[in-house]
Amino acid sequence: MNVKRKFKVLGTRPVRPDGVEKVTGKALFGADTYATGMLHARILRSPHAHARIVSIDTSAAEALAGVKAVITSADFGEVDSEMTRDTMHNCMANGVALYDGHAVAAVAAISKSVAAAALKLIKVEYETLPHVTDVDAAMQPDAPVLHANRQHRSVVAGTPGNVVYYCDFGHGDVDAGFAAADKVIERTFKTAATHQGYIEPHACLANVGSDGKADLWCSTQGHYNVRLICAEIMGMDESQLRVTASEIGGGFGGKTTVFIEPVALALSRKAGKPVKLVMSRDEVFRASGPTMSASMDIKIGMNADGKITAGHAKLRYQGGAFPYQMVMMGAMSAFATYDLEHVRAEGWDVMTNRPKMISYRAPGAPMAVYAVESVIGELAAEFDLDPIDVRILNASREGTKSSYGPTFKAIGLVESLEAAKAHPHYSAPLGANQGRGVSCGFWFNFGGQVSVSMAINADGTVNLIEGNPDIGGSRASISMMAAEELGIPYEKIKTIIGDTASVGFSDVTDGSRVTFAVGIATINAAKAAKAEMCKRAAKTWGIDVDAVEWIDGAVHPTGHNAGEFPPLSLAEIAANSGRTGGPIAGHHEGAPDKAGVSFGVHLVDTEVDPETGFTTVKRYTVFQDVGKAIHPSYVEGQMQGGAVQGIGWALNEEYIYGEDGRLQNAGFLDYRIPVASDLPMIDTVIIEVPNPGHPFGVRGCGETAIVPPLAAVGAAVCAAAGVRLFELPMSPPKIMAAIDAKK
Amino acid sequence: MSKIHVSTEINGDQVEFLCETDETLLDVLRDQLGLTGAKEGCGTGDCGACSVTVDGRLVCSCLVLGAEVEGSAVTTIEGMADGDALHPLQRHLLEGAALQCGICTPGVLVAAKALLDKNPDPSEEELRYWLAGNLCRCTGYDKIIRSVMTAAAEMRGEKS
Amino acid sequence: MVEVVIWGSLRRYTDDQSSVSVTGNTTKAVLDSLAKTYPGLAPIIEQGVSVAIDGEVFKDAWFTPISDNSEVVLMPLMVGG
Repeated sequence: MNVKRKFKVLGTRPVRPDGVEKVTGKALFGADTYATGMLHARILRSPHAHARIVSIDTSAAEALAGVKAVITSADFGEVDSEMTRDTMHNCMANGVALYDGHAVAAVAAISKSVAAAALKLIKVEYETLPHVTDVDAAMQPDAPVLHANRQHRSVVAGTPGNVVYYCDFGHGDVDAGFAAADKVIERTFKTAATHQGYIEPHACLANVGSDGKADLWCSTQGHYNVRLICAEIMGMDESQLRVTASEIGGGFGGKTTVFIEPVALALSRKAGKPVKLVMSRDEVFRASGPTMSASMDIKIGMNADGKITAGHAKLRYQGGAFPYQMVMMGAMSAFATYDLEHVRAEGWDVMTNRPKMISYRAPGAPMAVYAVESVIGELAAEFDLDPIDVRILNASREGTKSSYGPTFKAIGLVESLEAAKAHPHYSAPLGANQGRGVSCGFWFNFGGQVSVSMAINADGTVNLIEGNPDIGGSRASISMMAAEELGIPYEKIKTIIGDTASVGFSDVTDGSRVTFAVGIATINAAKAAKAEMCKRAAKTWGIDVDAVEWIDGAVHPTGHNAGEFPPLSLAEIAANSGRTGGPIAGHHEGAPDKAGVSFGVHLVDTEVDPETGFTTVKRYTVFQDVGKAIHPSYVEGQMQGGAVQGIGWALNEEYIYGEDGRLQNAGFLDYRIPVASDLPMIDTVIIEVPNPGHPFGVRGCGETAIVPPLAAVGAAVCAAAGVRLFELPMSPPKIMAAIDAKK
Repeated sequence: MSKIHVSTEINGDQVEFLCETDETLLDVLRDQLGLTGAKEGCGTGDCGACSVTVDGRLVCSCLVLGAEVEGSAVTTIEGMADGDALHPLQRHLLEGAALQCGICTPGVLVAAKALLDKNPDPSEEELRYWLAGNLCRCTGYDKIIRSVMTAAAEMRGEKS
Repeated sequence: MVEVVIWGSLRRYTDDQSSVSVTGNTTKAVLDSLAKTYPGLAPIIEQGVSVAIDGEVFKDAWFTPISDNSEVVLMPLMVGG
């Protein structure tokens, strides 16, 4: 790979191809389509945290004028795969309602108001059962168990039944490392469950025909995954279910599964009409994927010079009402930023009577890294060492054996730390009641399956179809990479997201993989198209294809021996394509790996009001190694957006459950995500240490930025208030309690 | 239950519709009039994605009944551009990469325009408090604030 | 022989060894030998794993070449947001 390659398009900031539609209100999101004869659906949800469904009487609802279908779990068949069965039972409770908000029945009617009236006529008899919503309580031997016999084989025999997965990573001998330390600190942390908080609720429009063929329009991060799950639940062949991804109004991992799509399909099949189903915000909070809450023990040993001698993390994650395996990513991330001789991270995934967790941006990592970074900050303070110096001293770098096993290739953590240390922010004076915090963060980034199809039009323009929903501007970055590789202007390319019937399988848009993996497929598709254009030019000139080469958007003879021909540009070759063998296209299907890991460092200043405990974020700077920024504005946007989600997690956001096991704050008023007036500008510094696994050096960049803010804000708040806190969110009452306790 | 007949003006056009007594203006705009630029993010007036103006006043259309706009003048995101010429706010949000998913964008634009109509030269703090009712989960607001400030400067005739 | 590093919670299936030697010159061949030699790993491998080869993570990629001196680390399948 040529890291010094000069780029013409990459690194510029063109307007995104879907932009005008989005600023004029024309873009069609999940709830923005309508079909002729369409019905409106609503879902009835359990008001209990845990209850056996004794009976459901739908007769009165069915009798209501305008009601066209009512369904319950009885309308779904059996499915073979355990994972899909859990998904189906999460979409519609099967005999037992497992959390407040769990779906128990659904109706489709001629209008929203009739559907709402019908819901009230459904009579459900419940027998309430004991419930548990806290992770530590759920791990007790006497806790009510949500599902018997669902423990993964990794779980040690005799562990209480809600523990469904166990993992253990690391190397060395942590006890020996602690014994050698000048100081060992051990702390317990708790973090609340937070919601991805996308502004667009889940929405879909299903249309099942009497011939068994179906169309589904939905807001999703992965329409092939939706097809896979829904086809299995509906007993359909995948080819007969065409899924089209709408514009997606935010996902952050929360739209990597299905919550309502099988319900809409089942209603549509029963009613024989198109059915639109849109969640309310209340439903989004109660019944779609929050992330895990956590309870964590962290033990770290350090020498007086700042060298970490050992680290041990025990992570207990609460992930809701079905088995899952997510703590592993927390355990693998916890110490990934450090080069440690002795390191161990253990994790337990635990079921509770809460909605089943789903990925949220760098899933599992933010809370684990929060806990580890908080202790490292405390140790640095203990020895009166500069917190960035301590991190540079211990930082992972090329050749470090990572805490989860593999040896790192070229990475940019030290570069990010050094940039942070040199930044004016780090040396700026602080005012009264203000404090500064710093934290590192890490995310793996993934590759995975992709399909790209590229048509070279006769007028020299290019249409590109890819299979990954564009969640943050990826159509722009993909078009830019195609333009770079083909040597034509960005404006000549139009990239669209194909439906499941129009381009090959593509994995879910997650893991910060799209610009990396779809980018590689795009480059390869462009290479295939270029090879074809070389053939056409060679044939036109009557010379061997080996005697031509592609340089900068045109085919050239390789030298005088090949003959004296003026170069043929892409447009010229395309114009004659009909006469030289027909349309020219390139496509690539593959599963690129070698996605480079990425690291970030965040600096934050906060001010804590000693009278109220209210925290204001005064200044914030994000440093992140992104490998190569294709469209720097959207890279900055990822860094800023991730940072602010992390600020929300640190200060405001939490799922609050009452003694009754019901969610008490299922709305944006009480579940408060950061608003414009809460924040300063979020400054960004892009670090580019190229990923050796990508032709342009790209690393994923979307997720890393949510990892550092929790500990960075935590350290800043502790410094500002002169207290130590071990629990997120750091809401004013908690800060006041800590300040009062200190008095 | 009989429906209510409403005559109103939307984006300068005379419009008539029938709505149920409890039907929100947002539902009327989206489900009856095909104006889906206003989005329902919460239905409780917390997110601002459904922002429109009624007689020049910024409102959450999910909190207004369709029947309430009888005789009023409503503007929505669909009325912001002048033909194919984008409003400076639209252009600057686009050029400033101030949208990622874009679901909050129509509401942000309508709200920002409502502010600039009253106060062409807001401070950053005034703008941040004005837009505090428009939730954005993608951007961290940085590029939104910068883009609106740039658009406001251009609209005041200042050189950028 | 290829040395494969096993993560902690799987070591109960490898007689408590943190790394084991198996034959194979591709990911698939190495995973097959692992499953055969240590049957307790078979269901984990069947469920899906990633393999890091010389610091680069490969997900479900059967034909990736592995040489005897490669650093090979078994990893769980991961998901993102």
